[in-house]
Amino acid sequence: MTEKISLAHGDGGELAHRLIQDVFVAAFKHHDHAQLDAALLHVSSKKLAVSTDSFVIKPVFFPGGNIGKLAVAGTVNDIAVSGATPLYLTVGFILEEGFLYKDLREIVTAMAIEAKKANVKIVAGDTKVVERGSVDGIFINTTGIGVVTDESSLPRKIEEGDSVIISGTIGDHGVAILSARGELGLLTELKSDCASLNALTVDILNSSTKVKIMRDPTRGGVATTLVEICEDFQVAMELFEDALPIKPEVEGACDILGLEPLYLANEGKLLVIVAKEDEAKVLEVMKRHELGKNATSIGQVVAEGQGKLFLKMTLGSRRRLNRLTGIQLPRIC
Amino acid sequence: MLETLKQFSNPEISKILLEKIYEVADRYKNKFGKEPALMEVCGSHTMAVAKTGVKKLLTNHVKLISGPGCPVCVTDQKSIDAMIELSEGENRIICSFGDMIRVPGTKRTLMDAKTDGKDIRIVYSPVDAVKVAKENPNKEVVFLGIGFETTIPVLAVALKMADEENISNFSMWVTTKLVEPILRKLLNEGEVHVDGFLLPGHVSIVLGKDHYQYLADEYRVPGVICGFEPVQLLAGIYQTIKLLLNETPEIINAHRHVVRDKGNPQAQKLMETYFELSHEAWRGIGVIENSGLDIKKEYQHLNAKLRFPVKISEPKKTKCRCGEVIRGLIQPEQCSLFAKACTPTNPIGPCMVSGEGSCAASYQYMRED
Repeated sequence: MTEKISLAHGDGGELAHRLIQDVFVAAFKHHDHAQLDAALLHVSSKKLAVSTDSFVIKPVFFPGGNIGKLAVAGTVNDIAVSGATPLYLTVGFILEEGFLYKDLREIVTAMAIEAKKANVKIVAGDTKVVERGSVDGIFINTTGIGVVTDESSLPRKIEEGDSVIISGTIGDHGVAILSARGELGLLTELKSDCASLNALTVDILNSSTKVKIMRDPTRGGVATTLVEICEDFQVAMELFEDALPIKPEVEGACDILGLEPLYLANEGKLLVIVAKEDEAKVLEVMKRHELGKNATSIGQVVAEGQGKLFLKMTLGSRRRLNRLTGIQLPRIC
Repeated sequence: MLETLKQFSNPEISKILLEKIYEVADRYKNKFGKEPALMEVCGSHTMAVAKTGVKKLLTNHVKLISGPGCPVCVTDQKSIDAMIELSEGENRIICSFGDMIRVPGTKRTLMDAKTDGKDIRIVYSPVDAVKVAKENPNKEVVFLGIGFETTIPVLAVALKMADEENISNFSMWVTTKLVEPILRKLLNEGEVHVDGFLLPGHVSIVLGKDHYQYLADEYRVPGVICGFEPVQLLAGIYQTIKLLLNETPEIINAHRHVVRDKGNPQAQKLMETYFELSHEAWRGIGVIENSGLDIKKEYQHLNAKLRFPVKISEPKKTKCRCGEVIRGLIQPEQCSLFAKACTPTNPIGPCMVSGEGSCAASYQYMRED
């Protein structure tokens, strides 16, 4: 019989203990930090970085990853792009009664592998099991803790002429998920770009003291992320349409469905705003890294239009890019 | 093939074509004392001219008017109210194309009904809705069938599948539109002056080039069938203005790699088999006789309108001017609600919702402020 999660796995008793030992401890280890109800952490730095995120995704397994890998990489990236070094993660699971044990094990294994890769320790966790129909299979929350040194302190003042760099192609995760849902009839081998970016951000920050800000353009995509930076820091940016790196299969899927790659989610891409004089240096460092080998400059900070993001079109005209409005819906024809 | 497709968006060719358009458009202006006014019939063209910047680049040279070819935008408010009402029924699953669910009816949208717990699902094809019916034999599954000739054959495929497989819990609520009646109405009434048409690439795959001959023969208005990439759009505009300059109203097929003279006979046959002419209400325009298709009598068991009759009252008038936008009478910016009360986050009218809507195109791609 296929083992399934039952409500009893969430009651704190024997089954709950077995779940923790068999699945979570087996994957994440029982670090010294985790012997009390709260994890006691050794943090030497003056400044801590904390970030939390909840992950709900359909399907739970997709080409290039699963919800577990995403839950680790997503929070690691939020810490890393803040200029901090991620050290610890906490994990909360909400499981639906009936969820398959083997699927949970696969998800948790992926989390352990990604955590190891990102050099972070999973030190505290929680599991709840809810009745069938209350959640969609599995929801995961991760909280990350990292340290910041004064040298890596971001953001710095964004100025006219600064370059906008992206670490690779745009929209891969968004299309991979749409395609994995199997609703589109799209046959694409495209994988999600889901990955932890902290090694890349360390290399970048070590190479230049003129990095102004970094972001990972997840939900809402590159456009929404940059609009937020423009608004928060009251600067204007211009992206160059012909410089945007987009895979043909992403472009094709967007054409068919009437979606915009600039608004599709990415889960392993990095946006870097850096002073023009350090652009080449940062690009070179990024290209040496597996996750940044396709890094390219896609735009610049401009003088006019504070708070706004523009797209310089291939044919010469210019248009404003706003943040994503609601969900992107597939069109009729 | 990929190389050919790349050529359609080649910026160098586009720039050459732009220069050529400026030249012929200016010659036209000298000859006739006004800019040539071209209507892009299809909503996807409206989106494409805005998105690629073509519309902006042609300002003061060519007047591009958005036409009535967006299926969501022309769906009557009463139809949307009826669809929402339909979703209220017990034991029902409503399946719809994505952009339909955010269009406001009199008070609510299908999205609001979904939030209230009604089982409303977005599908990418009507055939997927038939599959939902198969998977849920104890529920009534209704597909909201809207669209022009591009979509109608696909609706027919779903009806065929449900009929042949005797799927008794599937039906379709159909409100489709045809291109010819609305173009005739626009030309007959002459409210908006159109010198030439950019004819829809997708619809023409089904209808074929010959279908449009009435425009040239009866109305002396030229039309060019064109695709959606910048080079295709610009070539279409250039050819239309040249026809106007030479005063030779013709229909040109500039989308020859996919559009044939006689169209797609298989798709046409499917339409004829399952549908018959119906009097359809167009949003902001009213009922036009024989301007759409509904399910034929012999397939009435698949007609949701007959299976689940709903009673709908006359909607209240709003300040929304989508009706005038789709007739090309005003530009979206001329509506007092545009970008103020009506935005993609809070759309008042369908032209702001649809992925092919003229207001959405203007909001998203034409504004710099």
